[in-house]
Amino acid sequence: MLSKEEIFETIKMVSSQHLDVRTITMGISLLDCIADTTSETCDRIYDKITTKAKNLVKVGNDIQNEFGVPIVNKRISVTPVSLVTARTGNSIDVAKVLDKCAQEVGVDFIGGYSALVQKGMTDFEKEFLYTIPQALAQTQRLCSSVNVASTKTGINMDAVKIMGDIIKETAYLTREQDSIGCAKFVVFANAVEDNPFMAGAFHGVGEADTVINVGVSGPGVVKVALEKIKDGDLTEVAETVKKVAYKITRVGQMVAQEASKRLNANFGIIDLSLAPTPVMGDSVGHILEEMGLETVGAYGTTACLALLNDAVKKGGIMASSHVGGLSGAFIPVSEDIGMINAVNKGCLKLEKLEAMTAICSVGLDMVAVGGDTPADVLSAMIADECAIGVVNNKTTAVRVIPVYGKNSGSVSFGGLLGTAPIMPINTTSPSKFISRGGRIPAPVWANKN
Amino acid sequence: MKAIISVIGEDRPGIIAKVSSKLFEMNVNIEDISQTIMQNYFTMIMMVDTSKSSADFATISQAMVQLGQEIGMDIKMQNQSIFDAMHRV
Repeated sequence: MLSKEEIFETIKMVSSQHLDVRTITMGISLLDCIADTTSETCDRIYDKITTKAKNLVKVGNDIQNEFGVPIVNKRISVTPVSLVTARTGNSIDVAKVLDKCAQEVGVDFIGGYSALVQKGMTDFEKEFLYTIPQALAQTQRLCSSVNVASTKTGINMDAVKIMGDIIKETAYLTREQDSIGCAKFVVFANAVEDNPFMAGAFHGVGEADTVINVGVSGPGVVKVALEKIKDGDLTEVAETVKKVAYKITRVGQMVAQEASKRLNANFGIIDLSLAPTPVMGDSVGHILEEMGLETVGAYGTTACLALLNDAVKKGGIMASSHVGGLSGAFIPVSEDIGMINAVNKGCLKLEKLEAMTAICSVGLDMVAVGGDTPADVLSAMIADECAIGVVNNKTTAVRVIPVYGKNSGSVSFGGLLGTAPIMPINTTSPSKFISRGGRIPAPVWANKN
Repeated sequence: MKAIISVIGEDRPGIIAKVSSKLFEMNVNIEDISQTIMQNYFTMIMMVDTSKSSADFATISQAMVQLGQEIGMDIKMQNQSIFDAMHRV
């Protein structure tokens, strides 16, 4: 029999500590939509997505009402579009159809305008990469990602060079909205095929036809639990985070199973990430401060984050039958009030942020920089993040926004994307390094076979 | 279906009577009931079984929310499995 305290604890987690399921993401394979002509491909994509995801939003809302846990986002990820349009080209037409599908079924984002070029690029894939700025500028809900590196293959520096250029162009094309297009574009090392979170979600080719992946959240719940052990040592801190992560993940597991059943889709994975939002009481930065830092960015931040990230995984793994996606603490600057405050106070600089990305998911996320940042500096930032991911055998990513026409202050993207302070960066030229191109070889421990 | 109804707010006479008579109208069986003052709030928790009711979950849940608005209490009905998932291995 459940105790009153247990029931009350669950109710409080939702009502005042922002416990929610951050996203139910339906992965849909588009491989069977490939046709001889672009218009036929587009028709098949439209029919498939609007059929498979027809009830996605309704089912999400039904589960929310029945179980009393908010399900914040319902989203769709699809097969990397560069694979779908390789035969016919005209990728922008597909981008527009995906955007239309998202609008029709009522999801806020659809991810998968993507390419996997970690080792090399076909001529078509190279052409595809240059369509990304237009695709993002001409759509509202489309998200794009490119995998440019992996532990097994090393870093494709030819692709890294192109990334700097297309981020700049995206910033220019969406300049009327503070370069918001860049907030919908992620460059990855070691991208995962079952990530439910945007902007980096795509439906991998090793996946089943239709899959439900769920991202849980709950930084507020973790913080409140830590507030109760002000004088506990760090072993106790880790144990407390583990227990909370277990409870949060159990909710995600239950929602994922229920959603898969009702939507007639395979249950894929639970992503154990602690995903913050810009509202007060939902911040990963504040968890680190609760551990004993004056402000995020102080020495000790990396160690606190390592403890948090590891304890979340340990607690969550037993709670779910399949863990996957990115699974770790997210540190998107613009989406976390604790991180925003730390940047504004001058306590959190890009170098510290880079160190933090070595031990958590995902990487330099939602970082705004000056609009006059040269493309090769952006490429070099990406190369550094890729190096961290490739050598540490983990996923890293860069979602950087060089805000066109602005070099200081902050920009507001609204909603979950939040408000990004423009961070000063080191603009010493890496130009010669980036222009060399070629590949950085895979690290020695890629050769495990 | 087993569900948990939680009623939270300021204590006053007649809360149990109003909630239970509404449930009786809809043929929802109350299996356990407890009340307490928790963190300065009157809190009543009912474990109920909706399987004999002709109304579906959403209808009963909506009726509870509406009753809450009428009597100035926060009333929620949730599928019990979320509590079991969170608190039982």
